Amino acid sequence: MIELNKDNFEEEVLKAEGTVLVDFWSPSCEPCKALMPFVHSLEEKYADKIKFTSLDITKARRVAIGQKVLGLPVIAIYQNGERIDSVVGDEATEKSVEELIKKYC
Amino acid sequence: MLYDVVIIGAGPAGLSAGLYAARARLNTLIIEKDVAGGQIVTTEEVANYPGSIENATGPSLVARMVEQAESFGAKRTTDTIKSVDFSGKIKVLKGEKADYETKTVIIATGATPKKIGCPGEKELTGRGVSYCATCDGAFFEDLEVFVVGGGDAAVEEAMFLTKFARKVTIIHRRDSLRAAKSIQEKAFANEKIHFMWDTVITELRGDELLESMVVKNLKTGEEKEIFADENDGTFGVFVFVGYDPATQLFEGIINMEKGYIITDDKMATNIPGVFAAGDNRVKPLRQVVTATSDGAIAATQAEKYIEENIFE
Repeated sequence: MIELNKDNFEEEVLKAEGTVLVDFWSPSCEPCKALMPFVHSLEEKYADKIKFTSLDITKARRVAIGQKVLGLPVIAIYQNGERIDSVVGDEATEKSVEELIKKYC
Repeated sequence: MLYDVVIIGAGPAGLSAGLYAARARLNTLIIEKDVAGGQIVTTEEVANYPGSIENATGPSLVARMVEQAESFGAKRTTDTIKSVDFSGKIKVLKGEKADYETKTVIIATGATPKKIGCPGEKELTGRGVSYCATCDGAFFEDLEVFVVGGGDAAVEEAMFLTKFARKVTIIHRRDSLRAAKSIQEKAFANEKIHFMWDTVITELRGDELLESMVVKNLKTGEEKEIFADENDGTFGVFVFVGYDPATQLFEGIINMEKGYIITDDKMATNIPGVFAAGDNRVKPLRQVVTATSDGAIAATQAEKYIEENIFE
């Protein structure tokens, strides 16, 4: 998992080639933290096809809002710098996240 | 494996049931859907649970309950139950990951937050519309926020949001709050909190972020559109308008009233060996303190039921 911040977001996500997953989270978001170990386990499974990254929004609030993220959790898929798909809020479950990833593998 | 007790749900009711069942040396499994804790983990302050220390938060309280249940030997697993077969003496729960066989079941599935039910709400969830202040409050630093509802949760979360937001307006469909008086006093004394009485949201609008909303005054019938401040570009709407019991799985199997499970004062449902505990039950007060009480009663009654019945 690459930890994103306001300095490397552009390079690691917006300017990246191929498919990038961004796990938007915050330390006070319990559903985000509950989901995170599962996202890590998916990285082991799909690392050769998708780049896994995470952004703690408390460290880069403006970056998140710039990506139209105003609520957590959000697991988003980027291709060629564009957010093309995501699961948001209480729809973000282990099942829906794995299905999202499978679509882009 | 045949369990003595399987508990569906890991909020305060389920964890309390797990603690009591495991302590009675019953072979106990707690199945949680995703996050342990239920609604309480998204609550910033738990001030009314007897014995909870100052500054107790939902997550800290639940973490202690989990630890306590596990210390007595309750096992926990993550799975989503898809269907149940309560027709035999051995009950079967079919999950996404596995099936579970058990002598008794305690249903502690709780309740989920209700939605407003207006156009735009679903599309703008996570884009300005939220149901969790602790999750999303930080996004709204120095922005404007509206809180929908008039109960304890709405008013408490509105106060929590004043830590971040420039201005917090409570939109309530009546002309007075339903929240406990002590909570109301704090809200009225908070100069960041404003009120919009007799009002409901009829539509939420925005392209990629919430940009405006239509509100209606129920007394005058007047409708108006409220736009985000031009410099902000967006604002927040936090919804706390009550809960729906998470009991769809048991429809047609267990007796219910308006979606809430009917039990006797021993937490027994109409099916022998199946108990219910917590917010999903017909009861006059849905709080952590009554949920843990339900859990304790359900577990001790499950123990009694196992003693009185012969399982092949």
